[in-house]
Amino acid sequence: MSLTVENLRVYYQTLRGDVKALDGATFTLDDGEIMGLAGESGCGKTTLAHSLTRLSPPLRYVEGRVTLDGQELPIADMSRMNDFRMKKLSVIPQYAMNALNPTRKIGTIIRDLLRSRHVEADTSLQELYRRLDLVRLPYDILKRYPIELSGGMKQRMVMVVSTLLNPSLLIADEITSALDVATQKAVAEMLVEFRDRALVKSMIVITHDVSILYQLADSILIMYAGQLSEKASTQTIIRAPRHPYTKLLISSLPTIGVRHAEHKLSGIPGTTPLLLDPPAGCRFRDRCPVAFSKCSEVPPFVEVTDGHWVACWKESETHA
Amino acid sequence: MRRYFGRKLLVYGLTFFLAVTIDWMIPRFMPGDPIANMLSRAALNADAARILYTYYTHAFRLDLPIWQQYVNFWNALLHGDLGISTYLFPTPVVKVLLRAVPYDLALLIPAILLSWLAGNRFGAFAARTKWLDNTLLPLGYILTATPYMWLGILLAWVFGIILGVLPIAGAYSYSMTPHPSWLFVGDVLKHWFLPFASLFLVQFGGWAIGMRNMIIYELEADYSHYLEALGAPRRLIRDYAFRNALLPQLSGLALQLGVVVAGALVTEVVFSYPGIGSLLLAGIQNQDYFLVMGCFLFIIIGVLLANFVIDIAYVLVDPRTRRGMTGETG
Amino acid sequence: MMKTKKGSEFLFFALRNYKLRVGLTVVLVFLAIALVGPSLARNTPFAYANPLGAEPPSGEYWFGTTTFGQDVFAQFVHGLRATFVVGAIGGGLGTFLGVLIGFTAGYRGGLVDEVLNMLTNIVLVIPTMAVLLIITAYLEVRGIITESIFIGLTSWPWVARAIRAQTFSLRSREFVDLARLSGMKPWKIVFCEIAPNMMSYLLLASILQFGGATLNAATLDFIGLGPTTGISLGLMMNNAVLWGALLLGFWWWFVPPGLAITLIVGALYVTNVGLDEVFNPKLREM
Repeated sequence: MSLTVENLRVYYQTLRGDVKALDGATFTLDDGEIMGLAGESGCGKTTLAHSLTRLSPPLRYVEGRVTLDGQELPIADMSRMNDFRMKKLSVIPQYAMNALNPTRKIGTIIRDLLRSRHVEADTSLQELYRRLDLVRLPYDILKRYPIELSGGMKQRMVMVVSTLLNPSLLIADEITSALDVATQKAVAEMLVEFRDRALVKSMIVITHDVSILYQLADSILIMYAGQLSEKASTQTIIRAPRHPYTKLLISSLPTIGVRHAEHKLSGIPGTTPLLLDPPAGCRFRDRCPVAFSKCSEVPPFVEVTDGHWVACWKESETHA
Repeated sequence: MRRYFGRKLLVYGLTFFLAVTIDWMIPRFMPGDPIANMLSRAALNADAARILYTYYTHAFRLDLPIWQQYVNFWNALLHGDLGISTYLFPTPVVKVLLRAVPYDLALLIPAILLSWLAGNRFGAFAARTKWLDNTLLPLGYILTATPYMWLGILLAWVFGIILGVLPIAGAYSYSMTPHPSWLFVGDVLKHWFLPFASLFLVQFGGWAIGMRNMIIYELEADYSHYLEALGAPRRLIRDYAFRNALLPQLSGLALQLGVVVAGALVTEVVFSYPGIGSLLLAGIQNQDYFLVMGCFLFIIIGVLLANFVIDIAYVLVDPRTRRGMTGETG
Repeated sequence: MMKTKKGSEFLFFALRNYKLRVGLTVVLVFLAIALVGPSLARNTPFAYANPLGAEPPSGEYWFGTTTFGQDVFAQFVHGLRATFVVGAIGGGLGTFLGVLIGFTAGYRGGLVDEVLNMLTNIVLVIPTMAVLLIITAYLEVRGIITESIFIGLTSWPWVARAIRAQTFSLRSREFVDLARLSGMKPWKIVFCEIAPNMMSYLLLASILQFGGATLNAATLDFIGLGPTTGISLGLMMNNAVLWGALLLGFWWWFVPPGLAITLIVGALYVTNVGLDEVFNPKLREM
C-alpha cells in the first residue's frame, strides 16, 4: 500500500466554532494509482490536501492516522513533516501561478530550495533538464523571472519543481482550473507521463471537473460535505456509480453531441449543508432522492464490490 | 531601465525648475519695492544699505522685463552666486551654506541609514518572536508618533540637565576652537550624539513597524506557502520574505525624506546645532531673504540627490527593474 | 441588502477589536478635554495669573505656571483645541484633494492621468516643511485656518497615489462594466459602484492625514511660524525652550504638550491598524 488514510478528521477553526471540513476520511491508494478527488466546492477536498501537506492554523488536527509507504506521517507536527515534504510527499498547489518568488530567477529558487533541503543541486541539473523536456519548457527558463512567464508556463514549472525529488505521493490541487481546455489536456497527459516514468509513484488529483479525471485518473474518490461518498475505478464511477450523489453528479455533466431538447441537463436541487453545525447522519440526506429512515445515522464507507467503496445505507443494504 | 530613470529624472528636473521658480518669485510677492523692503527690514547701517541696494538692483535688474530678470537669476544660480547674506553680512550666501552642510550631513546620513537598517532588522525579528513583537510594537508606535522636537527636548532634558552627561547646545564646546585632536573629536561626538539619537529613534520606530507588517504580509504570500509545502526550512522562507519586504521599505525611504528634513530642522533648533535648519530659521527671523532662498535651494537639491541615490539603490536591489519591469507603482 | 449586512459585520468586529477600542478611546478622551477643558480652566492662556512666575503643578495650577506666571493647564487645553482644528481641517483638506486628484487621474486615464501623475510626483518629492516655511514666513498675519489650508495643500500626494491605484483596479472590474453597459450615468457609477469600495480606505487615509497634519502643525508652531494669535501645543514648546524651561527644569511646561501630541498621534496610528484589521479579514487574528 502506498498511502493509507484512517478516519482523518481535520476541522477549520473560526470565531463561531469549528467547521467540520473533513470529518472521517478512510481510504487507501496503491502504488502507481492516480486517484481523482472530486466534489463540489467546499466538500473538503482541498482541506484533505492541506491536511497532508500543510496542517497549520486555522486548520486543526482532531484525529486520524496517515501512513505512507509503511511510515506514519506526523501531519499534525509542521516541523517533523519537513523530512517527508518534497521527498516522499509533494504538492502542486492551487495557487501554482503565484507559487514562485517574483523577485528571484527560477533557477535560483530551485538552487536555494535544494540546497536548503541538503540535496546536491549539481547532480540534479541534468535531471532538471530532462524534466523540463518532459513538460516542454525551454532550458533558459531557469534564467528568467516568474513575471516573464505565462500562466501555463508557471504551472508547468511548478510541476517540475514539485516532482524534482521523485516523491511517492503527489497531490495536484485544482491545477487545471485556470487553464484553457487544450492546455488542460496537455497538463493531464504530462501528469500521467510522470507516473508512467516512475518519477512519481501515486497521485491524488483534486478537481471539481470530473471530465478531466476521465482522461487521467485510474480511480475516482467522490466527496460530499466533508465526508467520502464513493470510490471506485474511473470507468465504474462514470458508467455505473452507486452512490445517489455520484449518480446525480455524473448525469449533470453535459455530453458532447447531445442537444438540450433531447436530453435535459439535470442539476441537483438544494444546497450543501453548512459544516459549522452539520446535520446528523448522512449529509446528503436532504437532497437525496432515495433517502430513508436509516439515513439519520452516518453510513460507513464500505467496500460493496472489489475496489468499490460506497457510503450509503441503500447501497450497502442492497449488497448485503 | 532607461525608461525608469528617464521618468525619474524628468520629475526631478521639473521639480528643480519649479522650486527655483518659486524661490525667485517669493521676494516679488512683496508690495512695493522688494529690495528696499528687504533691506529696510534688515538692521544695516546707511552705507551698507546703499551698497547692497545698488548691488541688488543691479543683480535683479528690476528695470529689465520680467523674463530677463528670471533668466539672470538662473544665470547667477548656475554660477554659484546666491547673493550676499544680510544677516551675516558680508559673507556670500553660498559660503554660509557650505559651512553648514557638513553638520547636516553628519546628522542626517547616519541617522537615516542606521535607523533604516536597524529598524528593518528589528522589525523582521519582531515578526517572528512573540515576546519581542509585544514589546516592540507599542514602542514603535510611540516612537513614530513622537514629534521630533519633543523627543529632542526630552533627551536634552534627561541627558543634558538631569543626568548632565551630554551637552545640549552647539556642535562643539564654545571654549574650543576646531583643531585636529582626539579631544576635539570626542567633543564633537558628544555634541553630535543627542541630536543624532533624536532623529534616529523616531525613524527607527517607523521602520521597525513597517518592516514587521511587511514581513507578516510576505510570510502569508503564496510563494511562502509553497516553500513551506515543499519543506523548506524557516530560515529560507524568512530570508525570501525579508528581501522582498525591503523593496517597499526602500521606496518608503524616498517618501520619508521630506519628513526627516523637517525633523532635522527642528532638532537643530532644539540643540542649537549649526546646520542648514538653524540657518533657515535665523534667516527667517532676521528677514534675510537671500539666506532663506539659499537654504531652500540647498534643501531641495539635497532631497533630489537623495531621491536619486535611492532610485539607484532600488535598481540594484530589485532585479526585475533591470529587466525593464518595475515592481513599484507609479 | 449586502451593504447593511456588511455594515453590521464590520461593527461586530470593530467593537471587538482591541486596538481600535484603545486608540479610539484615547483620542476621544483628548477630544473631550479639548471641548470641556477651556471652561474648566480658571484662567485664560495668556493671563499673568501667578505673580510668582514659574511654579510646578499644584492644587491651584494643575499643570503649573510658566516663567510669566501663565497657567500651563489653560494653555494646554486651548492648545489642544487648536490641534484638533488643524488636524481636522488640514487633514480633511489633504484627504479631499488626494481623493479628487487620485480619482480623476485613475478614472480618466490618458493625458489627464499623465499630467496629474507628474504633478503628484513633483509635490511628493518636494520637502513639504521647506515649502511651508517659505510660504508662512512671508505672511505677515497668520491664522489657524490659513495654517490648516497650507498643510492640507501639501499633504495630499500619497493619498492621491493610493486612490489612483485603487481606481485603476476598480474601474476595470466587472461590476463597473456592467453598470456602464446598463446605461448608468458616469457620476452615478462613481458614487454608487466605485466609491463604496473605497470607503474603508478613505477612512484609514483620513485618520493618517489627521495625525500627519497635527505633527506638521506642531513643527510649524514650534519654529514660530504658526498662527500669530492664539496658543497651540507647538507654540507652548517653543516658548518653553525660548525661555529656558529646559535649563531651569520647568518640565511641566514642555512635557504635557509633546506628550499630548505623541499620545494622540500614536492612538490614531493604532486605531488605523485596528480599523485595517476590521476591514481586512485576513489580518484578523484568531
